[in-house]
Amino acid sequence: MKSTRAIEPWVLEPLERFVVEAGARLTLVMTPSGQVIAQHGFARAVDVMAAAALGAGIIASTSELARMLEQAPFSALNQKGESHGIFLSGFDSVRGQMLVLVVYGAESSVGLVQLFFEELVEELRAAAPPPPEHRAVLAADFERDLNESLATLFR
Amino acid sequence: MTSRIGRALDGVTRVRGLQGAMLVSLDDGLVVADALMEGVRGNAMAALAASLANRLSLASASSGIGAPQFLHLQADHGVLLAVPGPEVTLLVCVGGADVNVGLARLEMLRAVEKMG
Repeated sequence: MKSTRAIEPWVLEPLERFVVEAGARLTLVMTPSGQVIAQHGFARAVDVMAAAALGAGIIASTSELARMLEQAPFSALNQKGESHGIFLSGFDSVRGQMLVLVVYGAESSVGLVQLFFEELVEELRAAAPPPPEHRAVLAADFERDLNESLATLFR
Repeated sequence: MTSRIGRALDGVTRVRGLQGAMLVSLDDGLVVADALMEGVRGNAMAALAASLANRLSLASASSGIGAPQFLHLQADHGVLLAVPGPEVTLLVCVGGADVNVGLARLEMLRAVEKMG
């Protein structure tokens, strides 16, 4: 089973390259509201949704802290555990702000993840198409879109 | 501590042909201190050199020959040199193809002694 999946096809190739080069075990590309655009390494939808919600929550919290300190938003957050590290960062694109959550193991390092994250950002910015035309969100559409997204991420 | 490391790095970069020296955290692949010429991508060099050193350590440990004491990577247009630094760090140098590797190694070992 292929372990890298994307709802937006233009994300797939840069993400696959990033995962290999940075040695990432798990990766999520998402919006600030926690909507998943692509994922690597997750086996269960519930884990993806929980990680996306927590990652988006952390960015929202740190952005608010930065605002209270009258500073620009923090650019990245890294937390090193005994066997895994977590790297969380965001960037702007023509599709709006995007967040990336990376879980890496002892075979990688925050230096490697940061290095290849910069390349991922450049590639995603270059590949991002203009946003689609705005349309009204209906309850039925929302449920269908959500189901389609989850099916794509775990096909 | 920081000024001692800075002085030690400056001493290494006096070797003719060396374009820079940096102290890198082996665990994180991050730059601890550097003395680099303009145009050298310090963060990339730190991350990749630490990754390389970690993998070589695994290889040499698996071979039963102990931990690497000196890393010399000869490339088309220059060299990358590394020796273990104080604590869990790596002293990394980059230079042109004409650098005197023996002299550079000696200065790198001296610099690590000064840092310790």
